[in-house]
Amino acid sequence: MAYKIVASQCTQCGACEFECPNGAISMKGEGYVIDAAACTECEGHFDAAQCDAVCPMPGTCVKV
Amino acid sequence: MTQMPRIPMQAPAAVAASAKVTPLPPAAERPRRVPHNKRREADAPGVWERIKDHPCYSEEAHHYFARMHVAVAPGCNIQCNYCNRKYDCSNESRPGVVSNRLTPEGAVEKVRDVAARMPQLSVVGVAGPGDGLFQADRTLRTFELLRREMPDLTLCLSTNGLALPDHIDALKALDIGHVTITINYLDPEIGAEIHPWVFHNHRRWRGVEAARILHERQMEGLERATAAGVLVKVNSVLIPGINDDHMAEVNRAVRARGAFLHNVMPLISDPAHGTVFGLDGRRGPTPAELHVVRESLSNDARLMKHCRQCRADAVGMLGEDQCQTVHAGGGCGSAKDDPDAASEAREAWRAVVADSRAAQQTDAERADALVRAVAPAGDDRLVAVCTRGGGRVNLHFGKATEFHVYAVGADGIRFAGIRRADNYCLGGYGESERLDTILSVLEDVSAMVCVKVGAGPRRRLEAAGIACHEDTRLETIETTLADWYAAAVPGSGAARAEAGPA
Repeated sequence: MAYKIVASQCTQCGACEFECPNGAISMKGEGYVIDAAACTECEGHFDAAQCDAVCPMPGTCVKV
Repeated sequence: MTQMPRIPMQAPAAVAASAKVTPLPPAAERPRRVPHNKRREADAPGVWERIKDHPCYSEEAHHYFARMHVAVAPGCNIQCNYCNRKYDCSNESRPGVVSNRLTPEGAVEKVRDVAARMPQLSVVGVAGPGDGLFQADRTLRTFELLRREMPDLTLCLSTNGLALPDHIDALKALDIGHVTITINYLDPEIGAEIHPWVFHNHRRWRGVEAARILHERQMEGLERATAAGVLVKVNSVLIPGINDDHMAEVNRAVRARGAFLHNVMPLISDPAHGTVFGLDGRRGPTPAELHVVRESLSNDARLMKHCRQCRADAVGMLGEDQCQTVHAGGGCGSAKDDPDAASEAREAWRAVVADSRAAQQTDAERADALVRAVAPAGDDRLVAVCTRGGGRVNLHFGKATEFHVYAVGADGIRFAGIRRADNYCLGGYGESERLDTILSVLEDVSAMVCVKVGAGPRRRLEAAGIACHEDTRLETIETTLADWYAAAVPGSGAARAEAGPA
């Protein structure tokens, strides 16, 4: 399982890219995307998925 | 709001001359009068050197010097109910809004470009649109590059304070001497109504707990920054019904911790901006309410009153914004060929300003003494001035997009704030609705001073109890105000002179 970013709501602030412990988030074209293969949902790193915890837009970094 | 009496207009110069004004003793013999908002500068001479070119830290400097913000910090570690960074509209001026996000290298390119055409440029700041210290590497890298390339520019940072304690040493190492912290509350119960969550130690905190963490980090950051010799400005958003009664406490707390300036600024709240407060219909304070709160903080509160709440990518003098005309890489070329030319132009401008300032200081002291001498006891009235910069009355009423408000009376002449409203004149005709707005922002003001004002707006201003005074001499604001005051205010100047000495 992994997280994904709802592109239409993303403000491209980059906070998730900065916080992701796996380096799974990067800018692709117009917006940020999560590499599902690299995403661990932060298990083993933190209690909560960092991208969702820091994202300013509710419901934008969500579980696939 | 009580309305001021209508003020009869008379020839200012002649009457001022007839007023019984005690001549000033020679400069060397009189104690140097220091305006209440400049005492810190007088306390420590070194401090004046650090703020004299900074348009935000010195009200006087903002007539001469320009700043630019580079938007290298898009991400944020807290959420504020007055902020929505999703939408950018080029016609909006408010913090948190930005048109283009920059890399540190792109930011340096943009600064180089602006510096080439703007010798008034003295300060480059990072003010978001998120938090300057959340992704601190980007901000610090930008400062490092700028420090190396343009060492004469002052670098400046704005932050919510959550990450500030972690970066004091890095800021000190780069010689960042000006930091602004946004502090809206002390009581976490109040803070929870303003900031719904913060992101700290890899998790999201909510409510009162979040507000407590933010508060503790802000206070620690403020104390450590001032201890490190940084001049800290505190910004507080005045939110009626939430923290307006709390502001005096905030002011006392930040002053006790060494804050250099406190900027109490009005909530900007428009449903179109999509902020929580905007959508909830929470209104911002009126200019008159803001004035009352600022006045209620003590006379020596070190308030900044000339803030224009500019964008995170603002460019130019305060009050104007050229961010839409400046694009990285689109420069005119000359500066890139010769960066020394831009630096020399800045140096030349500083010399021009130094001359002009000395003359204005003398004018201001003379004007202040004149007003104190002729003012009836207890008189204190607000006067709106139209200026396009340089500290002079040099703008027509119809062209003014903001009014510089001065308190004039028994305490002399004191700057009291900026009030914005769209310009009335649209080139050959005026717009009545804009005049409605102007009248509402000037509701507690008793007079308006400008170069010229048309017959139509003059009638409406005077009907609203606002006397209109035209002065085409392009004199300094203080001189114009003093001449007008001595001539026109009942009980002052001419009136008293005729009655003879009491």
